[in-house]
Amino acid sequence: MTQYTAVTDADLAEMLSAIGVSSIQELFDRQIPADVRLGRSLDLPAGLPEQEVYAHLRALAAGNVSAEDEITFLGAGMYDHYVPAVIDMLLGRSEFLTPYTPYQPEVSQGNLQAMFEYQTAISELTGLPVSNASVYEGPSAVASAGYLARLANGKPKFVVSRGLHPHSRETLQTYAHGFGAEIVEVPLRDGVTDPEAWAAAIDGETGAVFFQQPNFLGAVEDATALASAAKDSPAVVVGQYDPIPLGVLKPPGECGVDVCVGEGQTLGNRLDFGGPSFGFFAATEAYLRRMPGRIAGETVDADGRRGFVLTLQTREQHIRREKATSNICTAQALNALAGVVYLTWLGKQGLVDLGELLLQRTHYAREQLVALDGVEALHSQPVVREFALSLPGCDVASVIRRCQDEGVNPGYALGRDYDELPDGLLVALTEQRSKADIDRLVEVLGAAVAAERTAVGASA
Amino acid sequence: MQRDRATTIFEKGAPGRRAFVAPKLDVPEVDRDSVLPPRFRRDAAARLPEVSEPELVRHYVKLSRRNFDLDTGFYPLGSCTMKHNPRLHERVAALPGHSRLHPLQSPERSQGALELMYNLERALGEVSGLPHVSLQPSAGSHGELAGVLLTRAFHEDRGQTRHKVLTPDTAHGTNPATVTMAGFEVVKVGTNPDGGVDLDDLRAKADEDVACLMLTNPNTLGVFDPNITEIAKIVHDVGATLYYDGANLNAIMGKARPGDMGFDIVHFNLHKSFTQPHGGGGPGSGPIAVSERMRPYLMNPRIVKQDDGVFDLDDHGYEKSIGRLRGFQGNYGCFVRSYAYICSLGADGLTDASETAVLNANYLLAKLKEHGVADKLPLAFGDLCMHEFVLSGSPMKKDLGIKTLDLAKRLLDHGYHPPTVYFPLLVDEALLVEPTETETKETLDGFAEAIAQILAEAGDDPLIAQNAPYTTPVRRMDEAAAAKRPIIRQPLGDAA
Repeated sequence: MTQYTAVTDADLAEMLSAIGVSSIQELFDRQIPADVRLGRSLDLPAGLPEQEVYAHLRALAAGNVSAEDEITFLGAGMYDHYVPAVIDMLLGRSEFLTPYTPYQPEVSQGNLQAMFEYQTAISELTGLPVSNASVYEGPSAVASAGYLARLANGKPKFVVSRGLHPHSRETLQTYAHGFGAEIVEVPLRDGVTDPEAWAAAIDGETGAVFFQQPNFLGAVEDATALASAAKDSPAVVVGQYDPIPLGVLKPPGECGVDVCVGEGQTLGNRLDFGGPSFGFFAATEAYLRRMPGRIAGETVDADGRRGFVLTLQTREQHIRREKATSNICTAQALNALAGVVYLTWLGKQGLVDLGELLLQRTHYAREQLVALDGVEALHSQPVVREFALSLPGCDVASVIRRCQDEGVNPGYALGRDYDELPDGLLVALTEQRSKADIDRLVEVLGAAVAAERTAVGASA
Repeated sequence: MQRDRATTIFEKGAPGRRAFVAPKLDVPEVDRDSVLPPRFRRDAAARLPEVSEPELVRHYVKLSRRNFDLDTGFYPLGSCTMKHNPRLHERVAALPGHSRLHPLQSPERSQGALELMYNLERALGEVSGLPHVSLQPSAGSHGELAGVLLTRAFHEDRGQTRHKVLTPDTAHGTNPATVTMAGFEVVKVGTNPDGGVDLDDLRAKADEDVACLMLTNPNTLGVFDPNITEIAKIVHDVGATLYYDGANLNAIMGKARPGDMGFDIVHFNLHKSFTQPHGGGGPGSGPIAVSERMRPYLMNPRIVKQDDGVFDLDDHGYEKSIGRLRGFQGNYGCFVRSYAYICSLGADGLTDASETAVLNANYLLAKLKEHGVADKLPLAFGDLCMHEFVLSGSPMKKDLGIKTLDLAKRLLDHGYHPPTVYFPLLVDEALLVEPTETETKETLDGFAEAIAQILAEAGDDPLIAQNAPYTTPVRRMDEAAAAKRPIIRQPLGDAA
């Protein structure tokens, strides 16, 4: 017996007798051939009581420097937004935390309706008419959009902006190698997708085009122009969007985007060192039956009462198996629930207010930082919540360490992913970073850059 | 459960209501158009709900009360392993050092997380008998995709292009879907009268064009294939890989290991055997473990423990990596929970979990026989089972006029979530039952009695089951109507 099982000695005797075997071991011996039985104990530590497990996991947590421990401007795909208390309370409810996938709609109306509401919210946010009930997370959603394009038009070439998150580009590459599509990358110019190179790369063999809004360098792309460049090709236009700036940015549905995907972490989900979060996936009507994942739909019951079910399941692998439009079986229902609760918490005006606040603070932070000696803007494009700087002649990793020693995490070293940007620093804001925090960043980064330049000068 | 008429959050509230108050603007305000030109701007706000926090809370609490859940009821769902979700796991996963940790935080400032992941990798490697583990995949089906792409890379590295992947007709539906998605052709392999792989059929189909065989053992019939060593030999003799679908791992922890059976790749469903709550359909997590020859193709970054005991993430750790399958390091929050579970149970506890799961399944099967329902719901294959078993409702349908679906719906009125129905596909009127180790004998007794009662009742009047359920928030749903004219969002009328 363990803390999670309940077979007493008396139970065991009765159960074995009902089965007609003399021991549990006999159940295994009669079914598993001797040559593949593990004739020893697993080589793992002994089990621990709850309080000791808690202490161990707490000690491991203490080995990390979290967003709670410093003033952080680290983003690059996941952002330290405030998660409202109502989310912890609602997601902690057993009825949301522990149920199975809602394949039995009569006892799953809570989840099914929440999925329906989620789909409505994502449709509203993106300006696209159809949304599924979530996929794994951002980059794999991009790759799934690639598979959708593959099924839709079978064209072999994907045109990808270098402003797409490096993880999305890599994930798309991994998937595309499997189903046989080639990737052509289009470079950036002054921080955004080079429009001429983009247009030149798209032709009759292009199955899909991919860009990010705002892009990985924080720059607002001209999404309408990027989408329109693909309009005479068979390509599916895929945009990876950060949902928070959609309070102020033109929605993808109004820019000519066919499929909008993205990372849902910013909508009420924790950082969790990279997951779980959820990926959202919205599209024009034409792609409804090719979308991956689950979809909830409204219907009525035998008494004519309104209710919800999983629908259009012929897309899914438990019905059509090898003809399914994706292999995604487990979605991210609980995280998507956090998403719809968060969007409800913000509400219609709240999302706008949040976007405007981020715009103003981001603008202020960029202005203050580029005024520092040795700090330049990496591009001149509009930015909403994140922007790229250049620290000429500095070892960016070293600058970051100097700042962290002062309790400030200034952001992400772009050189980790972009060889052409060895001195780039990506700085991200959320509503949790106040003017005082920004001023502190300016002070600390200024000092770090100065110290770094002195150190480099001294060693030169 | 709540039986009010369903109204969505979009039908509640009033213009101007809100639950969120934005932090005040504390920087000097600049002209909005100068920071974001009008051509990039949104004209009309997204029509999100406008409700107060009390309205929000009441709405979603009411919704929650229209769900069946594991904490209040028994879920004997085959192939899905709905075991108890310890609440300790939620507590430790919520510690800020885990939950507010940014995935791009530098390795030296993420030592606790990397150590946890490293330890979890080692534990999963030991349980599976395959030492090299990647935690990255987001779900079991994502782990399958990883495994099939690894197989592609393995063959390509040897200069071979193989087109076919074998899947038994008992396979999970995700297997064939994964195979197609990874650019291979699916070839089905039949099942023998004992419920195992048909070896003659396998031999006939295993040729030099086969890249892989995907198998779960025990399979979805609850049958442990006694020919597994021979199967592995047939597959390896043609140069193919052997893939283990870990959905049924809960049956064999500490008793047998995929690696020892000859499998090259295994995926784990952390939400099954390792107690991640199912969440109404996610999040899951689907790490994979592989043999030495598959190691070079694993997904980067790789977690490494240096000689000085410091952990690092190496972006190029696997030299012939298939690349990346998602952003960042995987579903870390799930790793925390599963790791806590492994720490709680330890070697003996994990073994006990599997032993008790198999005991409970066989006991429930015996109990059903005792109630005399075996002639209406016979076991599809064999006489014993591993952690789950498949009954066929075919005689029940013929003799009593109720289908497996009717039985399932009537179980809802008895307070039980139904078992998996109509899967695996090769059993007529299939009912796939998996009680798991965390259920008590009393629960199993009650469930067996409920089935006996439903069958007895159907003998008197089949209409009772045919029209069930009666006590749930809604009755049987018109699913055909939902698919015919899909309504997949709340209509909001013209923009306000």
